[in-house]
Amino acid sequence: MTELLIITLFLPLLGALLLLFFNKSNVSALKNFSLGISLLSFIGTIILLLNFNTASPDFQFYINIPWIPQIDAGFRIGLDGISILLVALTTFLTPIMILSSFSAIEKREKEYYFFVLLLEFAMIGVFIALDLILFYVFWELILIPMYFIIGIWGGKDKFYATVKFFIFTVVGSLFMLAAIVWVGVYVGSNVLNLASGFTVNYLAIYDALQASPIPMDIQKWIFIAFALAFCIKVPLFPLHTWLPDAHTEAPTPGSVILAGVLLKMGTYGLIRFNLDLFPQASVYYSSVIGILAVIGIIYGAILAMVQTDIKRLVAYSSVSHMGFIVLGIFSVTSMGLQGAVIQMVNHGLSTGMLFLCVGMLYERRHTREISEFGGIAKVMPVFTVFFSLAMLASVGLPGLNGFVGEYLTLIGSFTSPIYNSWAYTIISTTGVIFAAVYLLWMFQRVMYGQNTNPANHNLKDLNKREIGMLVPIVILILWIGLYPNSFLKVSEASTNKTVQNVMMHKSTNNYSIQLNK
Amino acid sequence: MINEFLLASPLIVISVSAIVLLMFDAFIRNKQVIYFSTIILLLIYIGFSVYTLFINPTQFGNISGTYLGGHLSFSTFASIFDILFGIAGLIAILSAKEYNEKAFKNYNEYYSLILLSIVGMTSIAHSGSLLMLFLGVELMSITFYVLAGFFRTKSASIEAAIKYFFLGSFASAFLLFGISFVYGSSSSIYFAQISESLLTSAVNPLYFKIGVGLLIVGLSFKVAAFPFHQWAPDVYFGSPTISAGFLSTAGKIAALAGFVVVFKNLVLNSTTDLNVLHTSELARNILAIISACTMLIGNITAISQTNIKRMLAYSSVAHAGYILMGIVSNSVEGYSAVAYYSLAYIFMQAGAFAILSVLEDKDGNNISLDDFKNLRATHPILAAVMTCFMLSLAGIPPFGGFFGKYFLFVSSIKAGYTWLTIVAVIASIISMYFYIRVILNMYFQSNDSPIGDVKIGNSKIAIAICIIGIIAIGIYPNLFYNLFMII
Repeated sequence: MTELLIITLFLPLLGALLLLFFNKSNVSALKNFSLGISLLSFIGTIILLLNFNTASPDFQFYINIPWIPQIDAGFRIGLDGISILLVALTTFLTPIMILSSFSAIEKREKEYYFFVLLLEFAMIGVFIALDLILFYVFWELILIPMYFIIGIWGGKDKFYATVKFFIFTVVGSLFMLAAIVWVGVYVGSNVLNLASGFTVNYLAIYDALQASPIPMDIQKWIFIAFALAFCIKVPLFPLHTWLPDAHTEAPTPGSVILAGVLLKMGTYGLIRFNLDLFPQASVYYSSVIGILAVIGIIYGAILAMVQTDIKRLVAYSSVSHMGFIVLGIFSVTSMGLQGAVIQMVNHGLSTGMLFLCVGMLYERRHTREISEFGGIAKVMPVFTVFFSLAMLASVGLPGLNGFVGEYLTLIGSFTSPIYNSWAYTIISTTGVIFAAVYLLWMFQRVMYGQNTNPANHNLKDLNKREIGMLVPIVILILWIGLYPNSFLKVSEASTNKTVQNVMMHKSTNNYSIQLNK
Repeated sequence: MINEFLLASPLIVISVSAIVLLMFDAFIRNKQVIYFSTIILLLIYIGFSVYTLFINPTQFGNISGTYLGGHLSFSTFASIFDILFGIAGLIAILSAKEYNEKAFKNYNEYYSLILLSIVGMTSIAHSGSLLMLFLGVELMSITFYVLAGFFRTKSASIEAAIKYFFLGSFASAFLLFGISFVYGSSSSIYFAQISESLLTSAVNPLYFKIGVGLLIVGLSFKVAAFPFHQWAPDVYFGSPTISAGFLSTAGKIAALAGFVVVFKNLVLNSTTDLNVLHTSELARNILAIISACTMLIGNITAISQTNIKRMLAYSSVAHAGYILMGIVSNSVEGYSAVAYYSLAYIFMQAGAFAILSVLEDKDGNNISLDDFKNLRATHPILAAVMTCFMLSLAGIPPFGGFFGKYFLFVSSIKAGYTWLTIVAVIASIISMYFYIRVILNMYFQSNDSPIGDVKIGNSKIAIAICIIGIIAIGIYPNLFYNLFMII
């Protein structure tokens, strides 16, 4: 099975490289080939998911190939309950994204599909890397295709958006790099006493830091360096300003993948690195990050309400929804964390679908201004069904997926011994109400009322391809909404392990310096 | 005896071929012959350097790694730098022909001058005494003055040469002054003997400190480190593009090799002698501050440049600052990181300059940021390769520049200079802006008159070497790091 994981990872890269040999003018071959590659990757993930042992909290399909032995860096990959869900989300959304690109991308297709497959390769890599340097390489590799996707195929203010996206991400990740090196030197020289004096082996670092945590005064800084990179990606208030610009300017498929997968890399990193490796500092900072998350929930929702551009509205709703995930993560309860993980998948599905729907409107009307629309429901009845499902899932209607995740994170934060306050839950619950307000209001203005604008009179309803890419998402939305257990049980063991680990360090409350010289 | 010659073979090959080629030029009228024989001789030189890399000098007990009465030393470190100079020279020569024919005239002295400067560089890397170090630096600098002013009817080129000559002479004077202080305090010019007398406290600490300080000043001039960096952008900008590419890669790396030699032998941090330790502490801290300022200033000034050649000149100042981090850490990891980054730096910087030399027209136009707009439409491959060089210079994985930076960070943090690493991180963030702006212009902007047809010629081989190199050492870093760790 380990081979299958490697194949799933490298298949998109191989596809991207093969794509370079295609004829530029043979667009349909380009499209079908990249769709086929991404579907194969998805099938690979499904087989992995079926063979995954949900009872074990450990990393499965683990493989360790030496890469740079002098600094103990290796090609180490593996999956646990959290990462397998996110890999599945990635490989599920990529074919849909490629399908949506068929109509959204109308120039320089060869470069585009090359970048998309490269992006998929890097995204899978981020979620399965168990080596800090390998993780960092994948993390930065994401930037290159995303930079080009926004910059070449983006809207009119794309330069501003793409540079802002690039600089924001790089600011965070370079500090993370310095922190990775520091941790590597600390563990390699002071704890494990390796010959190389350095290690980036995630599992080795995890075990070593269990026994001898980094001294608290330094751990706080290391935590911040990691958290900065991840919180920019999430994005957590007040680091969110790049997101609306990037989303507004990105082409529809770019927005889908940005909201669907790229933001999850931030929250994934918060769990994988901040909670797991720096439990003391996580406890120390949890209320600060919790408060920022709550502010983000409310602030994003309020800003979403006043937007006149549908896409920008959805982008701000992302800021709000990602706040719930962060709130769940730093509640450090098993419910909160499980809710956060399932909410990552949910947000990818429902926001991805919202962006797809907005994209479909945009392709027909070439505008996203809410005031340009009205009464669309009469001319596009099929579209209305899908759009309303996506919108209601995003609002958190019981029976659809969004409810499960938000409910669990809210319970988690309510019962959290670390927040130890009701205020977090009470304030963020209003965020759910706000979500209902801005989404329903937007929906009403766009879909209902009088169809007064003559440009909207003859809009075509969805074609087969468009229905084909929305139906799989709808199935998952209903599945998670009605029977979330099949997904929750995948991540249960791993999230419990993380929670126990942090709680153990909290109960000992031992911040004293333990240097194993 | 024969073994000694084998060890010295790269030096012998390069010195002989430099002189012979100069003589040849007088008798052989066919320019192609000279050009190709230069390339072949350089390849032979690289071959011998690679060969010496795999000989362990210590196996010849009687010479114990030194030769010529102690003036020359042989080590893995020196062999690695021999190879680096050879690669830089090869890239410069391969891309020089078309450029020189286009912009000025193809004179054959150019090739022997590059070989001569490599003689100087290898002398620096192999120096076993302060005298040899000085000779190497001078030989290298004097040929550089000529290379900078090679377009002798163009005023910018002459201005560059004169500026370089005056400031370079000042630097040499500082270097010599430092050497005299070190000699005065330790009564020896051989590194081995100076190290020995340092350990036995037979050195006047005050004069020795002054001497090391002056050596740092002199070498900082040659590396173009803050506050002695002002000459670099003007000189690189004024000189022929190929020369600038060679000056800013090989020249800088040779001076850094000089830094390594000085720090390895004169700045000892693993002794118990308080005086020696104090000197070492002082020298390293001074160099750390120089390094921090160099990378910040280099990157900040590069932001406002509108000409890519000038931007690369300023960014090369910053890269010297990064590499100095490895020398500050003054450890095996540090030196191997220096060597690794130098290799990556040669590929990306010389590659970028090679692309500039291809696109530049007769009068030095076509290399501003605006000219690069929409380059992908007319030169898709050059644009893609330039993108890789820019990303590598910015330190984005999976290119070689990232791992170079990473190894430097590791060595610096291990040596306890965490603050320097943080400064380097901030400097890298600043540098992102202007590197990605080049990519942005090439790919996202439209342009009514993109750069038209250009003659690439042999430059494409040079560019291919650079791009393959930068990707290879990025994806499989331990290929080279393995070799470098034995320094």
